[in-house]
Amino acid sequence: METWILLGATSAIARAFARRLAAEGATLFLAGRDEAELEAIAADCRLRGAAGAEVLAFDARDPAGYPALIGRLAAQEGVLNAASFVGSMPEQTAIDAEPRLIAGVIADSFTGPATFLQMLAPLLEARGTGTIVGIGSVAGDRGRLGNYVYGAAKAGFATYLSGLRNRCGRKGVHVLTVKPGPVDTSMTWGMKMPFMTSPEAVAADIARAVKHRRNVIYSAPIWRLVMAVIRLIPEPVFKKMSF
Amino acid sequence: MDWKQADYTGWGRALSARGEIARPERRMALAGLDAAPAFGMRRSYGDAALNAGGRAIDMTRLDRLLGFVPETGVLSVEAGARIGDLAQAFAPRGWLPAVMPGTGFATVGGCIAQDVHGKNHHHAGSFGAHVSEITLLQGGTEITVEPGTALFRATVGGLGQTGVIVAAKLRLTACKGDVVLVTERRARDWNEHVALLDGSTATYTVGWIDATATGKALGRGIVEEGETGAGLVRRREKARRVPMDAPNFALSAPVVHLFNRAYYGRVPARGRTLVKPIGDFFFPLDKIHDWNRLYGKRGFHQFQCVVPLAAAPALREMLAEIATSGLASPLAVLKRMGPGRAGFLSFPMEGYTLAVDFPNREAARTLIARLEDRTADAGGRLYFAKDALARGAQIRAMYPELSDWQAEVGRVDPDRRYETDLVRRLKLRSA
Repeated sequence: METWILLGATSAIARAFARRLAAEGATLFLAGRDEAELEAIAADCRLRGAAGAEVLAFDARDPAGYPALIGRLAAQEGVLNAASFVGSMPEQTAIDAEPRLIAGVIADSFTGPATFLQMLAPLLEARGTGTIVGIGSVAGDRGRLGNYVYGAAKAGFATYLSGLRNRCGRKGVHVLTVKPGPVDTSMTWGMKMPFMTSPEAVAADIARAVKHRRNVIYSAPIWRLVMAVIRLIPEPVFKKMSF
Repeated sequence: MDWKQADYTGWGRALSARGEIARPERRMALAGLDAAPAFGMRRSYGDAALNAGGRAIDMTRLDRLLGFVPETGVLSVEAGARIGDLAQAFAPRGWLPAVMPGTGFATVGGCIAQDVHGKNHHHAGSFGAHVSEITLLQGGTEITVEPGTALFRATVGGLGQTGVIVAAKLRLTACKGDVVLVTERRARDWNEHVALLDGSTATYTVGWIDATATGKALGRGIVEEGETGAGLVRRREKARRVPMDAPNFALSAPVVHLFNRAYYGRVPARGRTLVKPIGDFFFPLDKIHDWNRLYGKRGFHQFQCVVPLAAAPALREMLAEIATSGLASPLAVLKRMGPGRAGFLSFPMEGYTLAVDFPNREAARTLIARLEDRTADAGGRLYFAKDALARGAQIRAMYPELSDWQAEVGRVDPDRRYETDLVRRLKLRSA
């Protein structure tokens, strides 16, 4: 029986992914801060076929609570899997006005989930199976004018996931890095962005990538090409571009 | 950013609006918004979901199943959930929404606000008859509304004017499985069609009418009767999407005529019984996403009326006028309705309902105006979910409980924060 813990389970992509897992009969641990929301999502998952759905408190900025979560998961038999959907992206202008916001962005998008996964990894390794999914971002592939603090945090997380994959792969645990482009959620509501995709489409891409044990995917897939081109732009040119 | 400027339309795409839209993903985010009318999948054809120059709340992300009691069959669900989703999730467990409209994309909130009916209206009544509780958001405060109150009767079929429908409890109906045994019979003309509908004892009954057939064939069509059952049929094929606005000839008279003949002819003269997945029977057009684009950029209208049983000859006259006009689209619907209605502004009345699509052209709009006059003369009623063209005084006179509705709506929303384009166009709250 598959068990999944979803960090940041109230996010639109996490909700879509949770529904897929529920339909497959998985046991779900929905972790996040907004307990009322999480309870609604848990009820939804139970009614859509989840073997169980339990709400856990998780705050990316407060690792003190992590050991208790790990303990709860350790009590669960069978294959354990984890997926992290947490992250935050304040307006760059807000960060310019209050640079100390950076600490929160880094904690939400990188150090919080990385700390949790670092504690969880030995448990999965001991069982010799399971998958860890980390949500990065195309914004992490190159720093740009509009969201480079968020991009830096996601780049850090992606590099962390790369190393974690290198480590855990030897013990039968697979690590998948997902780099979504713009997704139609409350985070991008009202923004004009190219190649916008839906949370359901990203969730479907993740499910497929988990099944085929892919290492790094872009969603929508077109972003692999777009970012390959953007990474090729020489820095002297790129520094003058604004998009 | 909570609100974004957008252009949006009803399903018919003939009417549009520009205004600010919010699409909350959490209940807290919804409660934090200023009061505004809400919409779901915008499957109402006209302007019921539009608020030009103002604000509107898109509820489609608040779509969770919140609880189910197997002993009573009562499902607690958020308003943005789609009926087709509920059917898909619960039919394998032996339950279905008690009333399902012709599209599974309609949301629970929309079904309540229009008090929709389904192919079982003659037995089951309207959607609101199976709602045991509604959660309404009125200016930041959630209240629960129970059947038997004036507020319930003003909310069911109430076009969203009593507040934002956030969640509801629905009494599901037991079903035998997730397939439908469908018996299809040819009806050669109007009299046979009406007789088949009158005589049907099936749980689900609907008539597909060829609105292009004239003379002796006037009123011909296919009567479908369905019962749920258990069985194994192939899953529905993957949905297809209409990729772009079709050119104007796509639904021109010769094309429609040929299509309707083929549709009629595919059912053998002696009839047949098929087994279909529930979606194929209840939501036949949902397999083609964005099928409204078949009507091209200018959009289309649906005329739907219901007339009392005794006015069946008047309905036949209307159909004759439609058939000779050469303006009708494929697959019009004829159905016998029961008396069940749950709100002050509910559409159903005991009688026959006819629904026909028309491209949005001058000639069609003129024809629809004449059909509306005929409906009024026959003592019938037009449907707010479909209407985009009615004249206020005429349609208001079709709703005898309008003043009860106005009194209740005026009480709970004196500042008119939930008004929509439809309510203003037809002066539902002022006259």
